Amino acid sequence: MNFTLSKEQEMVRKMVREFTLREVAGIAAEIDETERFPKENVEKMGRYGMMGMIVPKVYGGAEADEVAYAITVEELSRACGTTGVICSAHTSLACWPILKYGTEEQKQKFLIPLAKGEKIGAFGLTEPNAGTDAAGQQTTAVAEGEEWVLNGTKIFITNGGEADTYVIFAMTDKSKGVKGISAFIVEKGTPGFSIGKKEKKMGIRGSATTELIFENCRIPKENLLGQAGKGFGIAMGTLDGGRIGIAAQALGIAQGALDETIKYIQQREQFGRPIGKFQALQFEIADMETRVNAARWLVYNAAWRKSKGLSYGKEAAMAKLFASETAMYVTTKAVQLHGGYGYTQDYPVERMMRDAKITEIYEGTSEVQRMVISAATIK
Amino acid sequence: MKIIVCVKQVPDTNEVKIDPVKGTLIREGVPSILNPDDKNALEEALALKDKNPEVHVTVVTMGPPQADEMLRECLAMGADEAILLSDRAFAGADTWATSNTLAAAVRKIGHYDIIFAGRQAIDGDTAQVGPQLAERLGIPQVTYVQQFEIQGEDILVQRALEDGYELIKVKAPVLLTAIKELNHPRYMSVGGIYDAFREKEVKVWTLADLDVQKQEVGLDASPTQVKRSFTPEPKGKGIMLKGSTKEMVEQLVGSLKQKHVI
Amino acid sequence: MAIIVLEDKCIGCKLCLKACPFDAIDMVEKKAVINDKCVACGACIDACKFDAILREEGEGSEKDLSAYKNVWVFVEQRENKIMPVAIELLGEGKRLAKEIGVELCAVVLGENISDLAKECIAYGADKVYLAQHSLLKNFTTDGYTKVISEMIQAEKPEIVLLGATHIGRDLAPRIAARVDTGLTADCTKLEIDPEDKKLLQTRPAFGGNIMATIVCTKHRPQMATVRPGVMDKAVADGKRSGKIIDVAVNLDKEDIRTQVIKTVKADKAVVALEEAEVIVAGGRGLGKAEGFQLIQQLADRLGGVVGASRATVDAGWISHDHQVGQTGKTVKPRIYVACGISGAIQHMAGMQGADVIIAINKNPDAPIFSIADYGIVGDLYEVIPALIDALDRVDDIVKAMKEVAATTQL
Repeated sequence: MNFTLSKEQEMVRKMVREFTLREVAGIAAEIDETERFPKENVEKMGRYGMMGMIVPKVYGGAEADEVAYAITVEELSRACGTTGVICSAHTSLACWPILKYGTEEQKQKFLIPLAKGEKIGAFGLTEPNAGTDAAGQQTTAVAEGEEWVLNGTKIFITNGGEADTYVIFAMTDKSKGVKGISAFIVEKGTPGFSIGKKEKKMGIRGSATTELIFENCRIPKENLLGQAGKGFGIAMGTLDGGRIGIAAQALGIAQGALDETIKYIQQREQFGRPIGKFQALQFEIADMETRVNAARWLVYNAAWRKSKGLSYGKEAAMAKLFASETAMYVTTKAVQLHGGYGYTQDYPVERMMRDAKITEIYEGTSEVQRMVISAATIK
Repeated sequence: MKIIVCVKQVPDTNEVKIDPVKGTLIREGVPSILNPDDKNALEEALALKDKNPEVHVTVVTMGPPQADEMLRECLAMGADEAILLSDRAFAGADTWATSNTLAAAVRKIGHYDIIFAGRQAIDGDTAQVGPQLAERLGIPQVTYVQQFEIQGEDILVQRALEDGYELIKVKAPVLLTAIKELNHPRYMSVGGIYDAFREKEVKVWTLADLDVQKQEVGLDASPTQVKRSFTPEPKGKGIMLKGSTKEMVEQLVGSLKQKHVI
Repeated sequence: MAIIVLEDKCIGCKLCLKACPFDAIDMVEKKAVINDKCVACGACIDACKFDAILREEGEGSEKDLSAYKNVWVFVEQRENKIMPVAIELLGEGKRLAKEIGVELCAVVLGENISDLAKECIAYGADKVYLAQHSLLKNFTTDGYTKVISEMIQAEKPEIVLLGATHIGRDLAPRIAARVDTGLTADCTKLEIDPEDKKLLQTRPAFGGNIMATIVCTKHRPQMATVRPGVMDKAVADGKRSGKIIDVAVNLDKEDIRTQVIKTVKADKAVVALEEAEVIVAGGRGLGKAEGFQLIQQLADRLGGVVGASRATVDAGWISHDHQVGQTGKTVKPRIYVACGISGAIQHMAGMQGADVIIAINKNPDAPIFSIADYGIVGDLYEVIPALIDALDRVDDIVKAMKEVAATTQL
C-alpha cells in the first residue's frame, strides 16, 4: 500500500496549479458570464502537453499516466469547471478511443494533432431518444462504395462546434440491436455534417454543448473506428474512462469551493470575530474536507487501476458517483457559508455550485453509476 | 551555441510570516522555488533554443541535494542538462565563495557562449554572484538585462537603469543577468516533466569533481560573515482612531496640522 | 567560523530549531545537527539556553590589515550630476570616518567633472580622488572596475561605500572580486564596532523578514553598497576645504568590452519615490487597478507621489517603479499613507523608516497597524474622499479642536 504520488505526478500538479492560477482563474467568471469557449487557454494547454496526457510520445502525447491526467483535470477544475471538462472530454472521449481502437493510419492522421493540442476532440453518442439508454441509437451509417453515409442527430455534445475531430456512433445494422452499432471518426467540415443548436446551460457555460447534425454526410471507409458492430462496446469502454475525468472534474470543483470557503470564513467577521472561529462552521469544514479527501482517493484509485491495466469500470463509476455528489454537497455548503455573498457573482462559489450539478448528470447520471456499481457488486 | 544558466533554489519569501507573539520566522509550509529572476534567465536561453535547436542549455546550481527538484523543473521547462554542485564543503558560502565554486564548475563544463543568471535571489537580494562569476571567468558582464537579441556576431542588450535604459553591444562570451521585464517564463510541460525524470539526468558534482581547493569554497573562504541576525522590530504602537469616518479623518488632519506634519 | 553543537550539552529542546531563520538545524536522535543550509548567523547560539552551540573560529591566513586606512565613498555621477545617494553616503561616511579617526575620501570618475570635486568637499570629503578620462564619461563596468580597483590596490582604503543603484550594484561586486575582499549588499545601517573599529553592516535578508549584521574580518577594504534613501544626506558647507588628487587614469579602449550605443530616458515621468516627502500607497485592498486614481487624488492633495505594494504590481495594476518594499524601493518620506495595504513584512521593510505612517485598512488586525502612527479602520473608498474633504477644511478643524480643548480645560 502506498498513497504517495510519484515525483512526476507531484510536479504535474505543481505545474497545472501554476498554470491554472495564472491563466485560468482570471477568466473563469468571464467565460461563464459570456458563455465563451476559452480557445486561447486550450491552445496553451496543448502547447504544455495537457491535451495529450495519456497519449504515448510516438503519437505526439506527453505519455503521462492516468493519475497525472486526473490531477490535471482536478487542478484545472479547481478554478474553472469549464476548462476541466474541455480537457476531460477531449482526452477521455476522443484521444482515448482512437488510441485504443484506432488503426495505425487513424492514429497518425487523427491522434497526433489531437495529442499535440492542435486539434480538439469530441464524442457523439447521445441522441434525443438515446440518452441513458444509449442502445437506442437512431443515427444510421450505410456503406456505399468506398464511403459511409451518416444520417441523424446527436445532442448535448461537449466541445461541439469547437472540436475538429469527432468520434460518432451510428447504427450500421438495426436488426442486430446493440451489436449493430459502429463507431466512426468524422472531421469538422465534412459535407453533410453541421453544428446545430448551442445549448444555454446552468453551469460549465464556457464549454460548448451543441447538436451535431448529419445529413447524407459521407466519410471515407477507413474512418470506421474499430470493427463494424463493435461500437457499443467502444462507447461503454470509453465512458468507463471518461468517468474518471468527470470524477476528477467534480473533485476539483469541490476542492476549489472548499478553498474559497476556508479563505472566506477566516476573513469574514460577525459578532466581532472571524466566522471561522465558530465551531459550527469549523465542523462544516471538517465534513467538507473529509468528503473531498474520500472522493480524491476514489478518483486516484480508479485512475491508478486503469494505468496498471487492472479492471476499473466499477471503481470509475464509484469515483464519479461519489465525487459528483461531493461536488454538489461541498459547493452547496460553500454557498451557505458565504451567506448572502455566496449567492452573488462577487464570489466564485455561486458559479462552482452551478458547475457542480452537471457532474451528476453527464457521462452517465448518478443513477447509471449506481446501476454499474450494483451490477458489478451483486453477482 | 552553448548557454549556461545559473539558478538557485530559494524559499518563497512571500510566504514567510512572522509569529506575531514570538517575533520569529514561521518556516513551516514555506515552499522552495526556482528563484524568479533565474526563471527569466532560463526562459531567455530556452527562447534561443526554440529558434535554433542547435542551442544547448545547461543549468547549474550550487545547493543542498534537495535542489535536485528545482533542477528537474528546469529540465521540465526544456533545459538539456543540469548540474548540481553539492558538497558539505560548499555550505555557508557568501557571494565570494559561491562565485568561486560556480566558476570552477563553469571551467569544468568548458566551452560556452553566454552565461545567463538572474539579477538576484529573493532570499539574499545581493545581486553579487553574477558579476563576481564574470570577474572570476574574466568575461564581460551586463546586469539588469531587460531586452536581449543576437545580431550576427554581436549581442545587443538593454540594461535597465532607474530612469530608462542603456543599449549595450557586447560579444560572446559574456555573462548577462536577467530581470523580470526581460520575458515571460514558460511553464513546465507535461512531457517535459516525464522526460526530466525518465530521460534526463541531474549530474551531481562534489568538491572532488572541481579544480578548486577546500579552503577556496564554503564558509571558510567567505570574507564576510553574519555576526548576528534578528527580526526587525516594529515601531511602537500608534493611535487607532475611533468614531465615524468623518470624526476619524478630522482627528487625523487636526493632529497632523498641530504637529506641523502638514 | 562554523557553528558546532556540543552533543553532551544538547538536550534536544529544539529552541535552536525555532530560532534558525534558515532551516539549517535538524534533530537527529534528539540532538541538534547543523545542516548544509547554515550560514553561521549565530541565531541558534543566542537561542540555546544550555550553551550547547558554539562558533568554531576558523584558522585561515591572517592578512596584514593595518596598512588599510580611510573611508572611501564612490560618488556616482550621471551626466555630471552627483546622484542623491552619494550625498547620503558622504554624510554617513563622514560619521564613520570620525568614529574611527580617519579621513573621508570621495572617489569621482568621469570627464570634465572638476566642479564635482568641490561639491564633494562641501559635503564633507577631506580628500577627493578625481579620475578624469574620456573613457570614463559614461559608466562601463570594465572601465570603472579597472580604475577603482587599481586605486584601491594603491591607496588601501579601510572602508569603501557605494550606492546600491543599478550602477553601484553592477560595479561593487566586480571590484570586490578583483581586489579579493568581501562585499555586503544593500545595507540599511552602518556602525563601527567600538571594540575593534570594524564596520558592522546591517542589511535586510530573507525578503526583509530578518536583519543580518555582516562583518568582514580578515579582508580589506570592507566594502558595502547602501540602499538609496536610507541614510541622512550630508549638508553642504561651501567653506570647507579639502584636497583634490588627480588620479592618473590608465585605461585603453580595449579594456572596455561593452559598448554603450545609447542611453534612453524613460518616457513616463520618473517616480522619485526615494526623494518624495509624501507617499500615498495603495495595496490589494484597492480591489482594482482603477483604485489608484483615488490614491493619486490624495497624493496630489498632499503634494506627494503614488506608491504601491508588491501585490498590486504583480497584479498589473501599476508599474514596478511605484513599488515600495524589499523588492521595490526603500522610502523615507515624512508622511506615508498606506491604503488597503495589509503590511506584508517585505512591504514594511521598505517604508517603516517614514516619519509618520498613516494606515487605512478594513481589517483591524492588519499588521500595518502595528507600525502605524495613526490607524483608521474602514473602507478606503469612504475614508480617502472624507480625508481629502477634511484636508480642505483643515483650518476650521484645528480651530474647532482648539475650542474643544479650551472648553474641556474650563
